[in-house]
Amino acid sequence: MLTSSTFPDPDALALAVIDRQRPAVAKALNLLDDQRPEARRRATRLLRLLPQQKLYASGHLIGLTGPPGAGKSSITAALITLWRERGLRVAVLAVDPSSPISGGALLGDRLRMLSGQIDNEVFIRSLACRGEFGGLSAEVWPMSLVMLTAFDVVLVETVGVGQKEIDVSKLTDTTVFVAQPASGDSIQFLKAGIMEVPHLLVVNKADLGLAARKTLAELRATLKPAVDESSWQVTALAASAARGTGITELADGIEAHRRWLLNQNQLNARRRQFQAEWVLKRLDDEFGRFGINALGGADAIKRELERSESSPFEQFELLCQRFLEGWGGKRKRQTQP
Amino acid sequence: MTSEKTESKKDLPWLMRTYSGHSSAKASNELYRTNLAKGQTGLSVAFDLPTQTGYDADHPLARGEVGKVGVPIGHIADMETLFDQIPLGKMNTSMTINATAAWLLSLYIAAAERQGVNQSQLQGTTQNDIIKEYLSRGTYIFPPEPSLRLTTDVISYTVNQIPKWNPTNICSYHLQEAGATPVQELAYALSTAITVLDAIRDSGQIAADAFSQVVGRTSFFVNAGIRFVEECCKMRAFTDLWEQLTRERYGVEDPRLRRFRYGVQVNSLGLTESQPENNVQRIVLEMLGVTLSKRARARAIQLPAWNEALGLPRPWDQQWALRMQQVLAIETDLLEYGDILDGSPIIDAKVRDLIGGAEAEMRRVQEEGGMVQAIETGYVKRQLVTSHTARMRAIETGALKIIGINSFTETAESPLTSGTDSGIMKIDPAAEREQIARLQAFRAARSQVEVKTALKNLKEAAVSGENIMPASIRCAHAGVTTGEWSGVLRDIFGEYRAPTGIDISTLNMAGSNTVDRLREHTRKTGEELGRPLKILVGKPGLDGHSNGAEQIAVKARDVGFEVVYEGIRLTPEQIVKAAEEEGVHLIGLSVLSGSHLELVEDAMGRLEGVGLAQIPVIVGGIVPPEDEANLKSLGVAAVYTPKDGDMNLIMLDLVNIIRASNGLERYEA
Repeated sequence: MLTSSTFPDPDALALAVIDRQRPAVAKALNLLDDQRPEARRRATRLLRLLPQQKLYASGHLIGLTGPPGAGKSSITAALITLWRERGLRVAVLAVDPSSPISGGALLGDRLRMLSGQIDNEVFIRSLACRGEFGGLSAEVWPMSLVMLTAFDVVLVETVGVGQKEIDVSKLTDTTVFVAQPASGDSIQFLKAGIMEVPHLLVVNKADLGLAARKTLAELRATLKPAVDESSWQVTALAASAARGTGITELADGIEAHRRWLLNQNQLNARRRQFQAEWVLKRLDDEFGRFGINALGGADAIKRELERSESSPFEQFELLCQRFLEGWGGKRKRQTQP
Repeated sequence: MTSEKTESKKDLPWLMRTYSGHSSAKASNELYRTNLAKGQTGLSVAFDLPTQTGYDADHPLARGEVGKVGVPIGHIADMETLFDQIPLGKMNTSMTINATAAWLLSLYIAAAERQGVNQSQLQGTTQNDIIKEYLSRGTYIFPPEPSLRLTTDVISYTVNQIPKWNPTNICSYHLQEAGATPVQELAYALSTAITVLDAIRDSGQIAADAFSQVVGRTSFFVNAGIRFVEECCKMRAFTDLWEQLTRERYGVEDPRLRRFRYGVQVNSLGLTESQPENNVQRIVLEMLGVTLSKRARARAIQLPAWNEALGLPRPWDQQWALRMQQVLAIETDLLEYGDILDGSPIIDAKVRDLIGGAEAEMRRVQEEGGMVQAIETGYVKRQLVTSHTARMRAIETGALKIIGINSFTETAESPLTSGTDSGIMKIDPAAEREQIARLQAFRAARSQVEVKTALKNLKEAAVSGENIMPASIRCAHAGVTTGEWSGVLRDIFGEYRAPTGIDISTLNMAGSNTVDRLREHTRKTGEELGRPLKILVGKPGLDGHSNGAEQIAVKARDVGFEVVYEGIRLTPEQIVKAAEEEGVHLIGLSVLSGSHLELVEDAMGRLEGVGLAQIPVIVGGIVPPEDEANLKSLGVAAVYTPKDGDMNLIMLDLVNIIRASNGLERYEA
């Protein structure tokens, strides 16, 4: 029964994704999630057909992270409403932890992110992190690419509880950290140096008053001034998703960072760098440091990847091929990517 | 005349009620008058879900729900019809109403005024406990803060204007239905009472010297389960804790105002669909838990019918439930004695135990910052889901035995359910249509100017913070509808979604062969299909009873599914959009309000419309066999009802349904 008819035609699918058709986006995400060899081949083809301009030079890929209970979903909901008012089409990739025991997961908080109205210009996909890739699942990067093709803003929401989970900043143009007022977590993050990663810090639940102001003051005290005029100045602000305050300022801050990236010619460079890191991470999972060294070392691979025009799956496949050939094909690969 | 002497020594029996209402105000009025003629001594009004959640009958979310679990009350004319020929000056009426309590009480006051009865004469109860709605039952509308404000408005208003009214019935009932242990029931109900009473004290609407009256008017609505000895001790613990709390925290000096006054509906959670006749003895035994101890005896009792797990009870089923109360109160010698449990060291030790546990848990809630914070952080809900999951797991392993479910399952065919109506009440499908027609005719006939002014007035009261009741009573007289009243407040207060609490940790049941095998099946099937199995669990319609859906979601996660849990109050359109975006392998819909046919048909039609008809759909809920057949003919892959107690079998079924729909062979059980 598992004939090729089970799999979608990648050429038709790519065209429909470029045409921003929602059902096609859903199907493309299913295909990118599918680990079977035939699905991989078709996914590789699909990604190759997506326009480079969309993938590397336009749209906005935003990471939103923070400790559990900080109100990330409510902030996301408020941002979605505001972006929709500004006429932007929004996709969200909500990443949740998997149970290490069963492999199962409870996903997403879609309803907190959506108003009651059905809006076909908002698309939400939940994804389990499946215990790999730091706090993120390996599918996040390719899925983001499909979403960037069909939507103006792509937001990746993750639970950030430690250094590992902050990996979202290695995959997104702009990283926002949502802090919980009056919780020791934020201070812990400062100590751990994680606060150097985000581009914007937002203290949610500003309606709590004193506790929120105190946390905001603490955060601000730790922010280092920008090195020079051309570097990005990290800002901290207060918002209340419940009251709808501070959301415009947050959205404006996010937009300012995107413009800064464009002015600095960094958007394209960053995305190519993310992709290179994604491919490297997958190589590392597959062959370990030994494999990476055999291919010339991480820096050399990265330089090569950042110049390449190929899709992430293609790049990965090519490097795998090269490694296996160099190894005389003696060692068979154990798993599919 | 010895018999008369005995009679005169007897205590007065409690108020006897039956929780009822269905189809329309007219049909419910006939039922109430019949029940009163049969010896019922009070009324207990069940409202339908649109009325409870503030929607008019013609709102899209109300579709399929009108008149199902209670009576639809859309405006003053409905309320007048509901109490036609029932003198409100003499009646004691309990209304199970929460988010829209201020509105339904306003309609009741307005209807009484039109009967020529002054509001000060009214007697009865508004449930008016929003806190438990966030934890169980789910008919909340607004966020906790404005909800609490509406609650305190009703209390302040009635204490000043309707002295014999019980303005709030703090509910531990629904907590037990959501899985609470006796200790949790005690702790969360009393923590809720503290939250409400503190809010009233701080609102400034009540003079300091009148505050004791507020405490005295605060009553409770509790549950009684099958472990009736422990339940009896729970009621004694409640009595002692309340006495102490009202004295120490609120300085109430009059002992009469420190009495723990409560009504009861006995447990529905433990009623079974298989061998449903056994529910009769369960209900009777549960009633003992709240009547045996004189000093902790219920003031009002309503009993469920034997067939509640099958569908809606018929008038005869309700009569049977009423007769159970009458036999206990009138035929037995229970009411002839003082407290028969006083002085028992075993009872005393158990009560002390419960009090100790409850006090510790109340401190824990205070550490969270009080009941509202403990709900917003999801703490309480998580505790309840944990308890409920433990109960389900105990049934699964056989540690908890339930006759007819996991022991003594063999049975002869029951003559009770073999009649043409399968032993349950059928709501006429025309009821919804007729209600909408009446509503639209009513809207057209009223004075639009008066409605506009009354709504403007309501808006001003809501914004300014003045008591909401006077403006609401004016709305009632002006002909405002339930949807309009709620709509104004929705705009001002916003709508709320409560934490689901299902993020509890996975139970490591490795070593359990069944669970290990299930995890292996789930993982293997995921590999064969290219990605981990992903399912969507959601509740279409207005029904907020989410325990079943939550248990399925947690269990599915525990055996390795990726679960998108969508929670309550969804339109079929939202469910289909989510299924598409999430790329799920299966959709599970849970409906307990009796609207399964309409809602499932709608969802299936929409799935086909977006080309996703191949995704299998399963349905869980209270579904009579006849409807099960109808659902299957719509293409539903499986239907689960309360008789399907084995969660592992359901999980294996889900894997197999997914396998079958993808052309893979099924696994053996």
